[in-house]
Amino acid sequence: MDLFEYQGKSLFARVGVPVPEGRAARSPAEARSAAEELGGRVVVKAQVQVGGRGKAGGIKLADGPAEAEARAAEILGMDIKGHTVHVVWVERASDIAAEYYVSFTLDRGAKRHMAIVSAKGGMDIEAVASENPEAVVKIHIDPVVGLANWEASELVYRAGLDRATARKSAAAVLKLYEAFVSLDCDLVEVNPLILTKDGEIIALDSKVTLDSNAFFRHPDFEDFRKAFTEDPIEQMARERGLNFIKLEGSVGIVGNGAGLVMSTLDVVSLVGGSAANFLDVGGGAGADTITNALDVLTNDPTVKTVLINIFGGITRCDLVARGIVEALGSLELPWPIVVRLDGTNAAEGRSILEEAASDLVVPAVTMREAAEKAVELAAKG
Amino acid sequence: MAIYVGENTRLVVQGLTGSQGRFHGFRNREYGTNLVAGVTPGKGGTDLDGVPVFDSMAQAVAATDANTSMVFVPPAFAADGILEAGAAEGIELIVAITEGIPAQDEARVFNYLKQTSGATLIGPNCPGVLSPGKANVGITPPEIAMPGPVGVVSRSGTLTYQAVHELTTRGIGQTTCVGIGGDPVPGTSFVDVLERFQADDDTEAIVMIGEIGGDAEEQAARFITDQVSKPVVAYVAGVTAPRDKKMGHAGAIISGSSGTAQAKQEALGAAGVTVVDDPTSIGEAVERLL
Repeated sequence: MDLFEYQGKSLFARVGVPVPEGRAARSPAEARSAAEELGGRVVVKAQVQVGGRGKAGGIKLADGPAEAEARAAEILGMDIKGHTVHVVWVERASDIAAEYYVSFTLDRGAKRHMAIVSAKGGMDIEAVASENPEAVVKIHIDPVVGLANWEASELVYRAGLDRATARKSAAAVLKLYEAFVSLDCDLVEVNPLILTKDGEIIALDSKVTLDSNAFFRHPDFEDFRKAFTEDPIEQMARERGLNFIKLEGSVGIVGNGAGLVMSTLDVVSLVGGSAANFLDVGGGAGADTITNALDVLTNDPTVKTVLINIFGGITRCDLVARGIVEALGSLELPWPIVVRLDGTNAAEGRSILEEAASDLVVPAVTMREAAEKAVELAAKG
Repeated sequence: MAIYVGENTRLVVQGLTGSQGRFHGFRNREYGTNLVAGVTPGKGGTDLDGVPVFDSMAQAVAATDANTSMVFVPPAFAADGILEAGAAEGIELIVAITEGIPAQDEARVFNYLKQTSGATLIGPNCPGVLSPGKANVGITPPEIAMPGPVGVVSRSGTLTYQAVHELTTRGIGQTTCVGIGGDPVPGTSFVDVLERFQADDDTEAIVMIGEIGGDAEEQAARFITDQVSKPVVAYVAGVTAPRDKKMGHAGAIISGSSGTAQAKQEALGAAGVTVVDDPTSIGEAVERLL
């Protein structure tokens, strides 16, 4: 789960990394009162779950409450790479002496943590790395041992951060690593981590991705979601325990297993169509799960037809067929359903659908045939 | 020969008394796998349908000489369960079925096992290993498979079933089907399994099923160029997947511009692998190569 900047900063504050004082605002008036409370110069920053806000005009300075209100009015509602801004963060402006870059992530190839530190913060780190590779210091960390004091210190000196404040920046690097591990993050990135003119080290930005598999250890992390404006259909699917991602096309997809569903999207595209969603009912789905999945899709007006692709392992095709029949009876389905069943109890499943004798159910033998039929039906829409 | 599991497998199931562990543990036994023990702390001294249950892995291994463990422990305790199996002397293979283990736990477990244990970990978040006609350690429905000359290795459960089914319906059997799982830090990678299939005299061709995220397929492509002489057919899922979204599996995510299906397909193609664009074409492609 990608956090807003201010949510990530609240986690930094928890582990003792200094962050500027600020307030979240959802309207220009709220931004004005936030600036009044903070006093002095402030920065108004768009809160979106995507990078590149600065270039898109989503970060603006304001001299006092009236200006903060005006800047917030400009930023709120702005579209940044497909994300609409619903929240701004108003924070006290900092006196910047130097901008650094610090990040921690898992290097999947090396199967170890990776730290990246640079004295050239405040810009796109990938661009810095390609133009000036020696300005970017990378090290691997053994997750069993963790980041040692000497490694943090070495990172800071090798990257060429200010020598007079090296202890402070090394301490911030250690604390950010602590946040990365103890708060179960997939990514902690601070760009920039700044040195102020007073010699303080402050996290001026944050990009934090949380591992939702670890939320059982951090039950309060669910609350971060309340600040997001979630797609209503994604929200409905999540509340019903379905693994769902909204996409741009017109063929609704239901399948079992992440790999099979991903591959169904690909095959639909291969035969000239495009998927409206990714929906994985998981292993061992019963009739209810299938009915539920179809119910969620009825709420998406972009869906013109649905393709159900099941390879039964733990999942039984007869139960999937019963779920479809039940949906035909209890829901007003506005589109045809192309069904391809294979694996455990596939023959039984197919005969259940045949007995139901519904015009809405279109059987298919192979995945490609199913995709072709679904794309054709969606085009008729 | 089969790889990882076979006639010499002596299986202990961690979490045998839970509903999933019980269902699959006994389904594996029915298939012919030698199920020798179960472990559930607090239930030591009981037995389940003739299988003795122990409080700990050390006790189970001491009493039964188990050499393979299958982990059905819930996500919050699974990392601990894997480490316990790794610490039990005599355990050579750990198959972790559990889905939803935190990535930080997996990274610690992977590195700690490598440093302290001789055991091989397969998974987590995988369907396990099936050597048709010999042993099944996992949740793959064994009736879709048959013995034969093809080795199968995959990051996805249902796509493995799909591929195995395609092979079997064409009368092409399998030496072993290995699910390495869909998580970001798998215990066993494509390269590890390819190495074993290359060394296995009975395996004549290899099917490899990858997906978006990470660079395991690219690493496999380099290994194939250097060290695999047997024909390989590959499929990579997620060509149309959007960036920065976890597509069901925790490890199936295109991060920025890295981990795309296109890059993986290109790397495999350049290594001489037959790359198919539809999972149902796998059987046909293998048939042509054999």
